[in-house]
Amino acid sequence: MIDTKNLSIEKAHAALKAGEYTVRQLCEPYLAAIKEKNSDINAYLEVFDDVMEQADRAQERFKNGTATVLTGIPLAMKDNMLIKGKHASAGSKILENYISTYTATALQNLIDQGVVFLGRTNMDEFAMGSSTQTSAYGVTRNPLDRERVPGGSSGGSAAAVAMGGALAALGSETCGSIRQPSAFCGLVGFKPTYGTVSRSGLIAMGNSLDQIGPLAHTVADTEILHTALASHDPLDGTTVPMEKRTAKKRIETKKIAVPVECMKGDGIEPELHAAFLASLDTFKKMGYTVDTVEFPLMPYSLAVYYIVMPAEVSTNLERLDGIRYGFHAKADTLYDFYSKSRAIGFGREARRRVLLGTYILSHGHYDAYYKKAILLREEITKELDRAFETYDFLLTPVAPMAPFKLGEKMTDPVAMYLADVFSAPANLSGCPSIALPLARMPSGLPASVQLVAPRFEDSNLFAIGKEFERALQ
Amino acid sequence: MDLKDVKHLAMLARLDIPEEEQEALLHDLTSILGYIDQVTNAKVSAHEIAAPEHRNAVRDDVVTTVTGSNTELLLEQAVAVQDDYVKVKKIL
Repeated sequence: MIDTKNLSIEKAHAALKAGEYTVRQLCEPYLAAIKEKNSDINAYLEVFDDVMEQADRAQERFKNGTATVLTGIPLAMKDNMLIKGKHASAGSKILENYISTYTATALQNLIDQGVVFLGRTNMDEFAMGSSTQTSAYGVTRNPLDRERVPGGSSGGSAAAVAMGGALAALGSETCGSIRQPSAFCGLVGFKPTYGTVSRSGLIAMGNSLDQIGPLAHTVADTEILHTALASHDPLDGTTVPMEKRTAKKRIETKKIAVPVECMKGDGIEPELHAAFLASLDTFKKMGYTVDTVEFPLMPYSLAVYYIVMPAEVSTNLERLDGIRYGFHAKADTLYDFYSKSRAIGFGREARRRVLLGTYILSHGHYDAYYKKAILLREEITKELDRAFETYDFLLTPVAPMAPFKLGEKMTDPVAMYLADVFSAPANLSGCPSIALPLARMPSGLPASVQLVAPRFEDSNLFAIGKEFERALQ
Repeated sequence: MDLKDVKHLAMLARLDIPEEEQEALLHDLTSILGYIDQVTNAKVSAHEIAAPEHRNAVRDDVVTTVTGSNTELLLEQAVAVQDDYVKVKKIL
């Protein structure tokens, strides 16, 4: 049996290339873990019926010499990504029977390299949530502690990797939805620069924020996957042409900025704050200077996000009317057809955010909320850009809390939203960010830190991430 | 915000929300608005939204699909179909 606990993409590739095992044999322990654990953990909503065919096609590439480092690597993918002919429900009842009519560009990039997609993973409905409890298909449990949430919205992808049900997984992030579940499940999670990965074929939540990214055991695995996912895509006008993806390319000053609130520990669980402060010493030992920096506008980030995002959500979800595709209710008039199909098809959090977005964008509230939020978003971005003139990275905890118990925070939306408080600056500014696991805390729960870099300096995050991994060993 | 607002928003968003859930939604929305209201007090120096650096990205103006090549696939998902059209209830 292959030891999947200590397997990386590069190790698996070397073994496949050397013929130590076949792609089928590599997939077997993951499928066995799914069979054993998924009925309880509910990481996967569906295991694809063509896994062995995908594996055989990958195996063929090792024979004919066209294999790449990703050929035959067994991956999980989030339920909001399209592969032609396969189901994609975005964790919602309204798309329960939806079958994709085209393939997402980012996934096609991986399929072209011969990856094996094992199945699609559970998620908060339309990616709206931080705990994978708003899915229409039940909650996902955290494999590290089954009484706790795996984080969200890419909680199914995180749980799939953490339970040994995939070598790595794809998630998507609008605000923390890759990094926070990675942190809750002890994994590395990477949110790329906005515009590096195509959103074509990713079911949209907030178009100005959404990006696809990897969750994996190691930084190197996330780097390999991100490099393959990224492309300039004529089908997504927000992808930036390759020649315009300019960065400094190297870490010049080895300087890290920590927001004053994170240094003081405002609103952070004490045990997590202690773990965060201890991580600063590791960065110092690595030769980095760590400074406390004031960001006067950064504390507005989450509020700005909770204006921009619902505005985009209410606009995006308009298209789900039950007519061209998706769930439809029986009704006599067109109005009732729309309003009943949508009310039954959307879960509670989706309904809440649609109404909130409708309110924010309505006449009389647009200037006070939406326009103000857009202006603030711009200034928060400039504030961060100014700091990056002096510093290479921003460092914060991933979330202010450790994985919480199932059912917790479900009756208090604002308490749930606060899980994203440290995520928002990277998403609003389009900057890349990586979540890096620390040692388990005395309570046994996982802790993580996240680094943010200037736009298009994604590679610097991989560099410092690998250095940090080595320092922790 | 009051119950009347919730009903009006639900109508605008085409969501048939049952009476008993409207109260709970009002409570949630009031609490969320209480949180996001902090932006109204934030000081900003700009007053107009600037055009982003990366903009007006359009593909080449050429036909890339064959007419009818996706019709069948797309119609399979629709609730009601007549010939090559999606059938809807009368609007007026």
